[in-house]
Amino acid sequence: MAANRFNGFTDLGIGIGLRAPHYHHILTRKPVVDWFEIISENFMIDGGRPLAILDQILEQYKVVQHGVSMYFGSAEKLNREHLRRLKDLVKRTKTPWLSDHLCWGSVDGRYTHDLLPMPYTFEAAKITAQKVRTVQDFLEIPVAVENVSSYAEYHDSEMTEWEFLNEVVERADCGILLDVNNIYVSSQNHNFNAFDYVNSVPAHRVAQIHIAGHSKYRKYILDTHDHPVIDPVWKLYERAIQRAGHTATLLEWDDSIPSFQEVHEEALKANKFLHATVLAETA
Amino acid sequence: MKLMQLQRAMARAVMQPLTSSERMQQRAPGGSSMKRYASRFIKPNDRLTSFERLEIYNRQYWFRVLSALGDDFPGLRAVLGQRRFDKMAKAYLVANPSRSFTLRNLGSRMESWLRKNRKWAGKNQALALDIARLEWADIEAFDGKAEPALRTEDLADAAGGKLKLKLQPYLRLLSFQYPVDDLLLEVRKEDEDTDFASNTFAERRKRKRVRAVAKLKPAYIFLAVHRVDDSVYFRRLESEDFAILAALKNGKTIGAAVESAMRKSALPSKEWPARVQTGFQTWAALGWFCSPEKKRAVS
Repeated sequence: MAANRFNGFTDLGIGIGLRAPHYHHILTRKPVVDWFEIISENFMIDGGRPLAILDQILEQYKVVQHGVSMYFGSAEKLNREHLRRLKDLVKRTKTPWLSDHLCWGSVDGRYTHDLLPMPYTFEAAKITAQKVRTVQDFLEIPVAVENVSSYAEYHDSEMTEWEFLNEVVERADCGILLDVNNIYVSSQNHNFNAFDYVNSVPAHRVAQIHIAGHSKYRKYILDTHDHPVIDPVWKLYERAIQRAGHTATLLEWDDSIPSFQEVHEEALKANKFLHATVLAETA
Repeated sequence: MKLMQLQRAMARAVMQPLTSSERMQQRAPGGSSMKRYASRFIKPNDRLTSFERLEIYNRQYWFRVLSALGDDFPGLRAVLGQRRFDKMAKAYLVANPSRSFTLRNLGSRMESWLRKNRKWAGKNQALALDIARLEWADIEAFDGKAEPALRTEDLADAAGGKLKLKLQPYLRLLSFQYPVDDLLLEVRKEDEDTDFASNTFAERRKRKRVRAVAKLKPAYIFLAVHRVDDSVYFRRLESEDFAILAALKNGKTIGAAVESAMRKSALPSKEWPARVQTGFQTWAALGWFCSPEKKRAVS
């Protein structure tokens, strides 16, 4: 289940995000890391330092691409320039799969650069799934859609978020990047049981799992990726691994980024749960 | 609501400027009550109203795009001052919302917009326009395309003065009314120092910067914004060198480029051969010329 057609039949282990403050450490100390996740848009450029660094990383490490502005859920058409540049990058990195978010963020050619929540409607599911299919066909690699954290819900929604996710991935026949921190954040903001969500996703479609930290405010939680992972999120992760098996896991730490060692050590805590799954499977 | 209709309604609210105290406006686009506008499509919960839930996205949008512009134009911010820069940035973003999937292109229209809307360029408009142009050129040079550089053997069959040389796509050739290269380097250095400084020290630095910008005298300069080992550098050029390079960029042969530069120059003609030779040697060593396409195809 873990190595499946949605992650190119790979079982990559535990990865961290490739971030500029860690470049020097990675290139000089060459630490042992299972894999790195890159934000595609940072490298969809024509030349210069970012691509030079990426090429050096690719010589020694496995890299998986994660996007932030495909906007599968936007009602407007896909951006052809974006797709063209993305495909060039896919050829460069040889990423076994590509992920981006189940959200929208642009309309009438104007970009918010945010991950705006979808209305959970059948119309939205149909439009989103069609765009995922188109992207998969164009890129010729598996695509995994990630559930986002959200701070608003719509009157128009006809189903729960996890029902919507299921509807989209079945229609698109694509994978899932299950972000358990986002599930936690949304569950707190929208008063639902996070385990209902984790228990409802089609486990055979989970290509990858994200874990991360967040920031708690008085009336809501914000997905800030600037803290360690808290226990309730680890519990969701444990349940996700029990259902999906030993799955490629990525720690996101994007702001107030500490040392490479600190980030990597935080990510490696996932081993406790991954090893337990292996033991359970062996037994 | 149809999906497109809902997304348009939400985007209009999200991209509406914040109040001076960085909260969502009470009036929606169109003038109606924002509370009523938000409640049309956003559900409240037990802690937050529809307005408050929409406000989270409204504030995130503006914090994100303003931060991105501030990161890309620290020199312009120094010239205008923080308060005027913030107001200018908001006006710029209202007129020029992002039309690219990447924030990298957010400031692409800054100089042209300031030219058409000079009231936002501050007391010294020429200086503001200069620094905006340099900062955008810096961004373009940073991740612009590089082609294989010209090698000596590429010139083996070259037709001397009839040869056309292509310049690297990432190379920018610019003229300025102010020495904005020095200003930008100084601003960057101070920003680095300020990152580690106390508030008092930071304030003192800020006042020093304001005085430095105010004292900056006009001085016409020619600049190449280029890359060496993937780092961007500013290189001052003599007017003749600039003229040659600009002519080459416009597709002129070496002979025509040199001739047109000589015509405008006060340099004695006997100094030209050595000058041209040194110039071309330096620019070739810096990798500014591209290997001719025919030769690349063969190798």
